[in-house]
Amino acid sequence: MKMKGTEIFVECLRREGVDVVFGHPGGAILPIYDQLYDAEIRHILMRHEQAAAHAADGYARASGRVGVAMATSGPGATNLVTGIASAFMDSVPMVVFTGQVPSTLIGTDAFQEADVVGITRPCTKHNYLVLRTEDLARTIREAFYLARMGRPGPVLVDLPKDIQLSECEFDYPREVHLRGYRPVLEGDREAIRQAAVAIVEAERPVIYAGGGVIASEGAEELRRLAEMGRIPVATTLMGLGGFPTEHPLSLGMLGMHGSWYANTAISRCDLLIALGVRFDDRVTGKLSEFAPTARKIHVDIDPAEINKNVRVDIPIVGDVRRVLSVLNAEVEGLLGAPPAAAWAQKRQRWLAQIAEWKRTYPFRYEYDDRVIKPQWVIEEIARITQGEAILTTDVGQHQMWAAQYYRFKHPRTWITSGGLGAMGFGLPAAIGAWFARQDRPVIAICGDGSFQMTMQELAVVAEHRIPVKVVILNNFFLGMVRQWQQIFYNGRYAASDLRVSPDYAKIAEAYGLRGHTVRRPEELVGLLEETLLASEPVILDVQVAAEENVYPMVPPGAAITEMILGPLETTAVADSKESIA
Amino acid sequence: MLRTLILRVENRPGALARITGLFSARGINIESLTVARTEDPTLSHMTIVVDLDDVALEKLVKLLDRLVDVVTVTVVDTREAVERELLLLKVRQEPGQKLELLKEAELFRARVVDVAPHSYVLEVTGDEDKLEAFIRVFEKYGILEVVRSGKVALARG
Repeated sequence: MKMKGTEIFVECLRREGVDVVFGHPGGAILPIYDQLYDAEIRHILMRHEQAAAHAADGYARASGRVGVAMATSGPGATNLVTGIASAFMDSVPMVVFTGQVPSTLIGTDAFQEADVVGITRPCTKHNYLVLRTEDLARTIREAFYLARMGRPGPVLVDLPKDIQLSECEFDYPREVHLRGYRPVLEGDREAIRQAAVAIVEAERPVIYAGGGVIASEGAEELRRLAEMGRIPVATTLMGLGGFPTEHPLSLGMLGMHGSWYANTAISRCDLLIALGVRFDDRVTGKLSEFAPTARKIHVDIDPAEINKNVRVDIPIVGDVRRVLSVLNAEVEGLLGAPPAAAWAQKRQRWLAQIAEWKRTYPFRYEYDDRVIKPQWVIEEIARITQGEAILTTDVGQHQMWAAQYYRFKHPRTWITSGGLGAMGFGLPAAIGAWFARQDRPVIAICGDGSFQMTMQELAVVAEHRIPVKVVILNNFFLGMVRQWQQIFYNGRYAASDLRVSPDYAKIAEAYGLRGHTVRRPEELVGLLEETLLASEPVILDVQVAAEENVYPMVPPGAAITEMILGPLETTAVADSKESIA
Repeated sequence: MLRTLILRVENRPGALARITGLFSARGINIESLTVARTEDPTLSHMTIVVDLDDVALEKLVKLLDRLVDVVTVTVVDTREAVERELLLLKVRQEPGQKLELLKEAELFRARVVDVAPHSYVLEVTGDEDKLEAFIRVFEKYGILEVVRSGKVALARG
């Protein structure tokens, strides 16, 4: 049957199971918008293309499905780039469609022309410029396949206007043939067997779990390995939610703002079990002192991550969940169920040491009854939601406090721009997450600096009455910038002062939304409960201690044990020097 | 250390840019690069020469392999592959030196492909060592210009 390019587009999306796309129209993509006008697929009009990409990202992470964003050529496409780059760094499955000037005009500096495949080449898993309508169906099929297969990532498809308008026979390929792309999903059995032996023989093992646990839906298998092998689990920023914070074996987050006990445990372990991680600099600090005495197992679906930053002893290329299910069986076989008493006793010393560290050096801050401490806000959010909400964040101090003080229970409930660190991510990602999953409350925890980067998306919240809750931890600073300036630049607060800021409650009102400002500690709990339990969107401007810092903090380039501690922790560590030694 | 990579890649727009982008994004200089289509018109054969140590090379190969357009990538050394390069050399031709020059060209199985009043263009193919020797021998006549095709390599067997 002959179909127009735009009809093929809609039919392909339908077959891929797409129910919602996030976008912004413009001249070069108008034919597709005209087709969408009658289609069942829902289009959410974002107010800036960056937000469309972040919303698709939030949708993908909350649901595990492929998120879809679209925009017009030129500026529409260039505005998407930040969101695409963020999804690329965090391995988020996404397909992005951009309009392009008619193929006859490509390369002529036509109105709203940009070399979008050129611009996005280094920040997509793959991209396509479609030059024949006959290639459209196969290209879209491949794009969705590539976005979700193997290590997920964003794939961009650039669609010249004439390609959208011409007709051809519709032929939807049943299978995808890409001779250059054959991801390995199953781990090597011999390597897995070696890993199991190493796990059983280790005295001080630690699991270092990342985004791969969540992307592969491997949280259950991770928990089984941890419990069976009695192994403490530290998660990366991307891995939060992959292991419950309140589990006795949880070490919380490791790295630059990780817990004292996670970083210390990593440094003392004799076996590091790295699962779906990439040894990022914000995690490892000085590479030569990261888990220096440990043998290292590294499971990752991307062979290019193996030995990239750290040489490992037992590399296993494969999908984390699939590898873990085989590994768990091996470990169980070696240990017997229940494990021998002698073995359990050996492991007990390490766990007792860690339990003591957790008691002695938890995340902590000084509560103040005159000013709201940002950490307290997060603790209250954790208490009210019981860890059942989906949290999205912007980037900066508030993001780190949320990572440190929230009590994570489930995978896919923590959505943050981890690798790229794109400010302005929180609100649009929350919108996307809500369209993906309406069974959980969605809370965007924002910084005042970050929120101002995409706050125009409140219009989308208002238009669809999306019951997201926005909690702005407002310190009238670019807080993390200020913290670095305080610590590393002699307190010279160059361009980090946001004293001139809008009244966010009034901004909310301007969009027809409820907004409140919280200034005093005694107001917080009541307003926070009211906000989080409301059935409608609410924007809460929580004015917090202006110069609070995120601790612990590993200075960039230092070993992860060289943590700068907050005032309370410093005392605690000094008090119990002996037990550390 | 100079290393030779052989790639089979999809013969389509953007493939070359994607591959060279991996090098440039990491500040790795390409010493030589040749691309042409193969017996299968949908595939291009690429020979890339880079100066990298083993660790950097391993990382680069994995990144190349990760590209959807790259079908295979292999690192070869001279024992495992036939390597050839074509060189064109424009040399000054003074009266009285002609016979000697042509004799020396013969030793390298070089051919004269252009004759001008005061210069010749010689064409020669061979491996790295041979071409270097060729250039050295002809320096004494006065080399006006040299152009090299970049290496092509094919795994043996």
